[in-house]
Amino acid sequence: MDKTTPRRPFLAVRDVSKVFQIGNGTMEALRNVNLVIDKGEFVCLIGASGCGKSTLLRIIAGFEQPTSGEVDIYDHPVSGPGSDRGMVFQDYALFPWLTVRENIAFGPKQKGLPVARVRELADEYLHMVGLAAFAGRYPAQLSGGMKQRVAIARVLANEANILLMDEPFGALDALTREQLQDELLQIWERTKVTVIFVTHSVEEATLLADRVVVMTAGPGRIETDIAIDLERPRDVSSMAFNEVRRSLTQRLTSHVKRRELKTAA
Amino acid sequence: MTPPAAASAALAPAPAIEAGPPAEAAAAPPLAAVAAPAAPRARARASRVPERVQSVLLGLGFPIALVVLWHQLVRMTGTQLVPTPYEVALMMYDFTVGGIHDDAFSGTILTHLAASMERVYGGFALAIVLGVPLGLVIGKVKVVRQLVDPTLSLLRPIPVTAWLPLSMIFFGLGPRSAVFLVFLGAFYPIVLNTIFGVRSVDPKLFEAAAMLGCDGSRMFRQVVLPAATPSIFNGLRLAHGFAWILIVVGEMTGVPTGLGSVIMDGRTLSRTDLVVTGMIVIGVAGFATDRIIVALNNRMLRWSPQHHG
Repeated sequence: MDKTTPRRPFLAVRDVSKVFQIGNGTMEALRNVNLVIDKGEFVCLIGASGCGKSTLLRIIAGFEQPTSGEVDIYDHPVSGPGSDRGMVFQDYALFPWLTVRENIAFGPKQKGLPVARVRELADEYLHMVGLAAFAGRYPAQLSGGMKQRVAIARVLANEANILLMDEPFGALDALTREQLQDELLQIWERTKVTVIFVTHSVEEATLLADRVVVMTAGPGRIETDIAIDLERPRDVSSMAFNEVRRSLTQRLTSHVKRRELKTAA
Repeated sequence: MTPPAAASAALAPAPAIEAGPPAEAAAAPPLAAVAAPAAPRARARASRVPERVQSVLLGLGFPIALVVLWHQLVRMTGTQLVPTPYEVALMMYDFTVGGIHDDAFSGTILTHLAASMERVYGGFALAIVLGVPLGLVIGKVKVVRQLVDPTLSLLRPIPVTAWLPLSMIFFGLGPRSAVFLVFLGAFYPIVLNTIFGVRSVDPKLFEAAAMLGCDGSRMFRQVVLPAATPSIFNGLRLAHGFAWILIVVGEMTGVPTGLGSVIMDGRTLSRTDLVVTGMIVIGVAGFATDRIIVALNNRMLRWSPQHHG
């Protein structure tokens, strides 16, 4: 994908730096990060732990304020959490006292929509994620994969057009993860939502993303920004897929020095 | 008090826990469905009933043994100061129905019980109405916490009974003084447990609510309160216990009715059968209310498997 910067970018991260106060010291999590994301794009942020990818996501969500720089959506700076951006957390963060249906209806209810409309939205997204039969259950009665489906439906029902996903499938078993990846791609294609997806799995990024943004640590910054030109649906066992994955892996690890373990005396 | 879940929760029957959607079920079949043959399941069901019986027998057996021991000890020592269980049973009958001693206490149980319950639940309700909102705000708003928390920590270790003289000056020698003491005793466990409940909520829930457009007072009603409910109920149970303890202290200050005043009168008249009768009535009333709180707890927290008391 050719990256000519549009006049009025959909989402722009401009010179964002973030310094955390930890006790008496400071920790520089991000330094001068710039990133432009088009509407409808599927972008993966990837990097070793501590590279600031989750912090960047939380700044875009409005949960954290950047120390300097700003995040703009259609040139309007982000000042806090908003219903245009929906976060899907790794540990789900569902409201445990609400049923599946009530969790999904939470956002529409906050907007003060008529009861019938709230119901309609909840039904639509319950159906989309295949949980209609579990509408009356509480989160504690669901498996991890089902919880994450609820979390995705919850932000979609809120009509968020940017889906922020922080290692959403990291806690799931391999088979459930594959299935949710597939479902997420279907949802993305159907709803044209923009997805920013944090992961540390090269394979996951290669499978999902239009673009992979590789970040490095100490302080966190963007190392490279690579378009993935594989046709969809992608076949993880194909030669082309493996080639892309290998080159991504190399870029990810090229700056990490191999540490020789000392043999015990 | 009612979190939004509770109302609609009534619709959901308590469902079985593990049954994934078709795909996940295929990936990892629920153990119970595959591995459990009929026989062990039947055995589990059969052993369930005796367990219930056993729990009731043990629960009843111990107090019965205590009563027998009490009886034997009074008989063996020949004391005149402590009544036998039989004397207490007679007194209880007289207190409830009358016709044995036919004195000022005969058949007056309802008068005294009602007076005490009114004060206990009055003070308890006041403590809930003030304690829960205050706890929510202290727990959630840092400035309020910094403002109020040190003062609360300073006042808390003062035994409620130490407030008795001041309480009598503030509220006079009457039931209002008793209500005040009950309120004070119930207030701290409710506030502290509410604060703890709010402070231990996963901050991601607040973030999730904020991104879904929830803020301000709606955040308190729809997220902070329901999230803190398990802890609030712990506070309510503790506070309710303190309320019954303090009613006796409160009613020792010159009120004519109430179970505390009955015990005080019994002491003055050296009627220990009356004292023990009053004690038993308080115990039973407290136990009954506690069961109601637990039932309410289980109903409102059906979403939380680990908070069933």
